[in-house]
Amino acid sequence: MSVMANPPPKPLVAKAAAHLASRARWSPLEIAFWLAALASIFLLPSKHLILTEIAILGLFAVSLDLILGYAGIVSLGHAAFFGFGAYVAGILAKYGIIKEPILAMLASGVAAAALGFVTSFLVLRGSDLTRLMVTLGVALVLREIANRLEITGGADGLQGVEMQPILGHFAFDIFGKTAYVYSLIVLFVLFLIARRIVNSPFGLSLRSVKGNPLRASAIGIHVNGRLVAVYTIAAAYAGVAGALLTQSTQFASLSVLDFERSADVMLMLIIGGTGYLYGGMIGAVLFKLVQDYLANVNPQYWQFWLGLGLVMMIMFGRVYGAVIATVIFAICMTTNLPFMHQILFTLVVVAVLGLARPDVLKLTSAITERAVAVQKKLKARFTRQPKGS
Amino acid sequence: MAPVLETKGLVKQFGGIVATNDVTLSVEKGARHALIGPNGAGKTTIINMLTGVLRPTAGTILLEGRDITGMEPHKRVQLGIARTFQINQLFADLTPLETIGLAVSERMELGGQWWRLVGSKGIVIDESVEILDRFNLADVMDERTGNLPYGKQRLLEIALAIACRPHVLLLDEPAAGVPEAERRGILDAVAALPSDVTVLLIEHDMDIVFSFADRISVLVNGTLFVEGPPEEVAQDPRVKAVYLGEEAHDA
Repeated sequence: MSVMANPPPKPLVAKAAAHLASRARWSPLEIAFWLAALASIFLLPSKHLILTEIAILGLFAVSLDLILGYAGIVSLGHAAFFGFGAYVAGILAKYGIIKEPILAMLASGVAAAALGFVTSFLVLRGSDLTRLMVTLGVALVLREIANRLEITGGADGLQGVEMQPILGHFAFDIFGKTAYVYSLIVLFVLFLIARRIVNSPFGLSLRSVKGNPLRASAIGIHVNGRLVAVYTIAAAYAGVAGALLTQSTQFASLSVLDFERSADVMLMLIIGGTGYLYGGMIGAVLFKLVQDYLANVNPQYWQFWLGLGLVMMIMFGRVYGAVIATVIFAICMTTNLPFMHQILFTLVVVAVLGLARPDVLKLTSAITERAVAVQKKLKARFTRQPKGS
Repeated sequence: MAPVLETKGLVKQFGGIVATNDVTLSVEKGARHALIGPNGAGKTTIINMLTGVLRPTAGTILLEGRDITGMEPHKRVQLGIARTFQINQLFADLTPLETIGLAVSERMELGGQWWRLVGSKGIVIDESVEILDRFNLADVMDERTGNLPYGKQRLLEIALAIACRPHVLLLDEPAAGVPEAERRGILDAVAALPSDVTVLLIEHDMDIVFSFADRISVLVNGTLFVEGPPEEVAQDPRVKAVYLGEEAHDA
């Protein structure tokens, strides 16, 4: 097919093939991540309820990562698709339209994809700011429709959702084991597909569109077509996540469409990092565990500490920011000060850290350098010999 | 010979400013055509209209006799117009190999495939490596593009356009900003472009223009001023006054 003047040297081609394949290779860390998820089924039976929620939010965050991390579409209304999927799954079950949960979950994903396809044309135009407005607007409109309609149960939520056993065999139990295994399997399968997508030529073209849409179109890429496609796929993912929530809780309320849900998933993704699929899942784990822990020790003001953590992360980087916030929190907890004094103490510490920011950053980057050096040493000790050399 | 690329009465207005004024231009097949003119003459505006980034206020653009005036940019690329940019427009986070592979697979209409892994088509890899090798980029093909020296990025800018296998290549100041030491490599690459590719070169540097072009169009204030073979244009007193005169001031 191609007419080439001089065929390229073989070793170069082999090197190129190896380089292109490298991004899609499974790393040991990835395998460890999924083994840990698998182990959690057996090792943490008492935590299945919160783990189910984490798996669902992780899937939701993977969905956002597909559009934000890979295609550069910012959204403050991603809950639109999550909520739509949640309500569709609830209605399908409540009125016995599709009884089998897996089929109902897939149908919810398809429904959300259709909504994503239609609304994708709104996000094609304009800058990040207009995209924020439009996505926010779509979610608000949908929430009010759900609020008004009778089939959704309005402000009372969709009650009386009864789930049939999965595949007619596996009934949802009150300890949440079935729900967790089910959610985890769905998360894993959809993750595998997403991983395939981002490592495909289509995924590569998305990264080029994110990096430079002007050039992407100048090499023949139909930029808008790719954006529509990925937005639709991401909407399906979010819809499935929403359906899983309804199915595992046997209830859907207006909160599935809340602005807070869109904002939370954005936070999770940013905490974990965009553009590598694991960020959303790690972010969901951290966000949910921290939220759960803080809500237990400091039920009234837990969001204060969450906010502190986020501000510190922005000031000092993800890892060190989290460490600093944790230290401040730990000091406040151990000293047992009244909350007003905790606020004062925190503000003073933050002000001091803010003034000393350049020195703190110098210190943290020195620590990072040491850590990287140690890591390199370890790696050198455990290198595998490349095949065929 | 039939013209490959033509414009007829091309006009572009930005508000009250006329950036392009009734430009009728014809580029012959296989030509090495240069479009020159002082800063702000409207050269890049014309390129942007030819490639579909800007919509003309009036006039038509024909590619191989076909009206492409209102066509979307990516479709023009598929029909055979590719361009480079005066200021690098590359994918900083991708490697040169990924960048070229992307363009090659898009041209082969494999770019929308999501079920296949990147690098699983030998034909794409072969051609990408051949292009990288030809443009002296093989040694840096797996490095992050954003980290490459400017001269290498400039080469990738041209290689990327070539990967689209264009009939017509629009080169927008290929050597702009390239340090003296790396300049030779760029000029060699431009000189070595396949002879069946028609080239429209936009350039400021008179040495490049006169060593490369077999036909020159001079644009002043959005209007085509003079057109002809290099020796004729060089002798034209009006060109000397308007264009080369200004060059003399610069020096």
